Amino acid sequence: MPDQANSASSRPLILVIEDELPIRRFLRATLTSNGYQIAEAATASEGLRQAATLQPEVIMLDLGLPDRDGLEVALQLRTWTTTPIIVLSARGQESDKIAALDAGADDYLTKPFGTGELLARIRVILRRAALVSLPGSSEPVVTVGDLRIDLALRQVWLADQEIHLTPIQYNLLRALARHVGKVMTHKQLLHEAWGSGYEADSQYVRVYMSQLRHKLEADPTRPRYLLTEPGVGYRLKLDV
Amino acid sequence: MIDQRPNPDALLARVNDKEPRTYGRLKIFFGAAAGVGKTYSMLQAAHERKAEGLDVVIGYVEPHGRKETEALVQGLEQIPYRMADYRGATLREFDLDAALVRKPQLILVDELAHTNSPDSRHMKRWQDVEELLADGIDVYATVNVQHIESLNDVVAQITGVIVRETVPDKIVEQADEIELIDLPPDELLQRLKEGKIYGATQAERAVQSFFRKGNLIALRELALRRTADRVDQQMQRYRRDHAIDATWPATTRLLVGVSASPSAPHLVRAARRMAAALRAEWVVAYVETPNELRRSEAQREQVIQTLRLAEQLGAETVTLSGEHAAEVLLSYARERNVSKIVIGKPKYPRWHELLVGSTVNKLMRMSGAIDIYVLSSDADESESVPRTAFVTSSSQGAYLWAWSAVAICTAIAWVVNPYFDPANIVMLYLLGVVAVATRGGRGPSILTVMLSVAAFDFFFVPPHFTFAVSDTQYLITFGVMLLVGLVISTLTIRRQEQVLAARVRERRTAALYALSREFASLRDLGQLLPAAVRHVYDIFDSQVVILLPIGSGRLQPWGMISGWMNTIAPATVYSPSPTDQGVAQWVYDHKDMAGLGTNTLPGADAIYVPLVASERAVGVLGVRPGRRQRLAPEQVHLLETFANQTALAIARAQLAEDAQRAQVQVETERLRNSLLSSVSHDLRTPLTIITGATSSLLEEGQELDRQTRSELAQTAYDEAVRLNRLVANLLDMTRIEAGAVQVKKEWQPLEEVIGVAIARLEASEGLAEHPLSVDLPSDLPLVPIDAVLIEQVLVNLIENAVRHTPPATPISISANTAASGVVISVADQGPGFPAGSEENLFDKFYREQQNGSIRGVGLGLTICRGIITAHGGRIWAENNPAGGAVFRFSLPIEGSPPLFNIQE
Repeated sequence: MPDQANSASSRPLILVIEDELPIRRFLRATLTSNGYQIAEAATASEGLRQAATLQPEVIMLDLGLPDRDGLEVALQLRTWTTTPIIVLSARGQESDKIAALDAGADDYLTKPFGTGELLARIRVILRRAALVSLPGSSEPVVTVGDLRIDLALRQVWLADQEIHLTPIQYNLLRALARHVGKVMTHKQLLHEAWGSGYEADSQYVRVYMSQLRHKLEADPTRPRYLLTEPGVGYRLKLDV
Repeated sequence: MIDQRPNPDALLARVNDKEPRTYGRLKIFFGAAAGVGKTYSMLQAAHERKAEGLDVVIGYVEPHGRKETEALVQGLEQIPYRMADYRGATLREFDLDAALVRKPQLILVDELAHTNSPDSRHMKRWQDVEELLADGIDVYATVNVQHIESLNDVVAQITGVIVRETVPDKIVEQADEIELIDLPPDELLQRLKEGKIYGATQAERAVQSFFRKGNLIALRELALRRTADRVDQQMQRYRRDHAIDATWPATTRLLVGVSASPSAPHLVRAARRMAAALRAEWVVAYVETPNELRRSEAQREQVIQTLRLAEQLGAETVTLSGEHAAEVLLSYARERNVSKIVIGKPKYPRWHELLVGSTVNKLMRMSGAIDIYVLSSDADESESVPRTAFVTSSSQGAYLWAWSAVAICTAIAWVVNPYFDPANIVMLYLLGVVAVATRGGRGPSILTVMLSVAAFDFFFVPPHFTFAVSDTQYLITFGVMLLVGLVISTLTIRRQEQVLAARVRERRTAALYALSREFASLRDLGQLLPAAVRHVYDIFDSQVVILLPIGSGRLQPWGMISGWMNTIAPATVYSPSPTDQGVAQWVYDHKDMAGLGTNTLPGADAIYVPLVASERAVGVLGVRPGRRQRLAPEQVHLLETFANQTALAIARAQLAEDAQRAQVQVETERLRNSLLSSVSHDLRTPLTIITGATSSLLEEGQELDRQTRSELAQTAYDEAVRLNRLVANLLDMTRIEAGAVQVKKEWQPLEEVIGVAIARLEASEGLAEHPLSVDLPSDLPLVPIDAVLIEQVLVNLIENAVRHTPPATPISISANTAASGVVISVADQGPGFPAGSEENLFDKFYREQQNGSIRGVGLGLTICRGIITAHGGRIWAENNPAGGAVFRFSLPIEGSPPLFNIQE
């Protein structure tokens, strides 16, 4: 549909690298009817070629491709582009997801997924990309609902009340806030909050995350801001 | 006899003779002496067979450098000799294994009586031939008459040469054909002189010793007679098969009683000739009386040899035990329907007979209808082996006892002498004799008698302190004292020996009883085998190994297959050397005993007995006595009995295992069917709905109003979600059952796991309209769990609650610390579950029957149980007394969470 693509160049282009035709068909129907353009690739090599030539805004990458491991594709993409990558995978493949995220993917979707979830992820990804590329992206304040994190002053506010955090609690929250909306693996959080050398011990993250929730969430078992991505890591919700 | 049909039993016996037709045929070329042309004739016959198209191979032919023979060897394939080193010399041996591999139709093996080199599998070449026959290979072989076992002593008498290499009679008798190669003695001598048989110097020596004309004539007669006997047997057999003879001789059975006497082998040979002449079955029995138990090692060895000889000659052997040989022999004879008993002529002096009694006389007196044959033995063999036991069985201490007993008696007698009659003093001494006899044994008690008489004479018979006797009356006293003392001591000792013998018998019986009783209570191979090892070790005081076949029939020691798992003491078992493993394998393949103390592979460290049940070998039992001692024949018999019991038990255990496996298979099949029916139903229902809804949308989407369209789409979506859950459950179940789920425990805060589960249910609308409350104590510790799996448990439990309760009823999740961990509960306020079904709830495919509207495969709770069990916890269900069901699971906390030693 080149004519359509030309006529609507303002609409974001999404590259779908997925070998299952029915899933591509579903994505095409959903995404085009929601104001996106879509390019399709059934194999890894085709996907890599299109990613280079089309310069899409978002890449959706299936981890189970016939010709090459999806993880390899992600690694290769990251050698030359920062285009956001959303990984598609099945439940029970948590280690694959973590590997993909550590390799540079931005988010993941677990099959089967609904339209709502799909569109929400894409929206968040695009907003994040926009935030980063905007001229005022060095804005030192991250605001999510009632939660306000002032990175310059190292202050955290919940509604009108300042919340006092220990240095490590703050470091952890800062790591999430810097990548607001993005899934952060345990390893990535450990690296950012503690520095290198602690990456193997994900239990630290859990304990401090629990402490953070008790300070920031009304009901720690139903968090509004600090979401758990089971088996993978955590995410600071972008919009509440 | 009116009925002219052959006796069925006899026919059956003939059929059984013929039955192993998978066996090869044996033809023996039989001659009176070396040089008559046996090998030559055999080779000629082989050439004829080859011309007929048979696959003929020479296994071993000894040409002795004879030209005609060598010429005939040409043109026939020959299996290369095996070169064996023996004491520096290199011996040429028949290569049995090469022959078995080559597997021709017909093989030529010279000199059946040959003794193989010690490294061979069998001691004798005729055993090699037996194995060839068993493998279905036809054999041509040669034998000289002097090598036949039962003629061995006759030949020795005629020629004065004792032939060491012999062939058991049964081999010659079982031969399918015998061809006599005859050459008149003069011609043989002529050939010898011409150097056609041996070299010149050897020939000279031969003529002077063995090849004397008289010898040759006698040997020729023996050979001819032997062949004639056989022809006669064949004739008899033919007549029997064709019912020509109107009268059936009742089967005669001969019982031969042997002792440890050196002339026993002679008796056995003679009996064998007698049995052959009578065409009778024969049994050789050794009676173990209390006296026999005191035999020396050498004499026991003699008995073993005699019984082994009897077995080689085709007899059945048996070891009986009892007090009197005559009684035992007779009762056994009656039991076995024996018509003739053969014993050797006694060689003990007449006084012995008067004192102890004669077995022969007793037999004659009590035998009734049974004939008794008393055969003479060679005089020169009668230098009897000393009864070493007489000397060795009593220790030095016992003799000291004798001396001190007499000394004490004398002392007491000295004190009481003034008041007592001399007659009563004699009584005192006799008391001493009894005391010594009960403790000391034969030698010391006789010594005591002698000393008592002497002491009595010396101290108490006037004149005192001399051995002289003034009153001749006392001579009678001495005589009576001596006699009474001897009788008392003999009786006392005999009684003790009987007790001893009874104890030995008792021990054996008890051992067997204990074994069978223990076996009866055991079903499992893993318990049976250790029990067998323990018993065999206890009884035979030897290390034990049990080898069982794995896979393709290769034997492996059981301990290596499965490990003994500390069920037995390591000292009771041994692991066989590779050589011994080979021996065991042979035993297994041939279902025959071999190893130490047997004729087959005697070089092994242990004796190996096949475990045979229902004619099928199930394994091999190896017994390794300390210091390479052989087992006595009665022990071997006992071992065989043990082996039989063990084999039966193993076979039974294996059958039980098979049955159980079949049962499990049936159960699995049932489950699979149940899974198939329920899965196909549960998969098809949502698929039907999705197909229906989406096809309506596709085909009539334009005509349907907006609300109907969205309803249809919602239905399809709901069903897809349900299908997804079902598939996920099935996958989880499969992974749990296959053991593919690995629990990756990490210290986790429970609230996070519970939070994730709730978030997942809210996202998929699994919670519907149920209010959910979470109640966690603030001091809840970290728990080592696999978060993804425990999350699944929580999701399943909450969904289960949602599914079984009316809408809008609350569901609550709570946790509390317990002694060894935490307990998490999911409670609803629905109708609960039927009492008594608490456990069934967790069974695979369990569904509550009374509510037809319930859907789901019944896997959710099973998966929960699998996951919780893998965590080392427990999951259970209760009905809440206040209403509703509560599902609880415990998670153990082991160890402590890592320390957070990071600088804050």
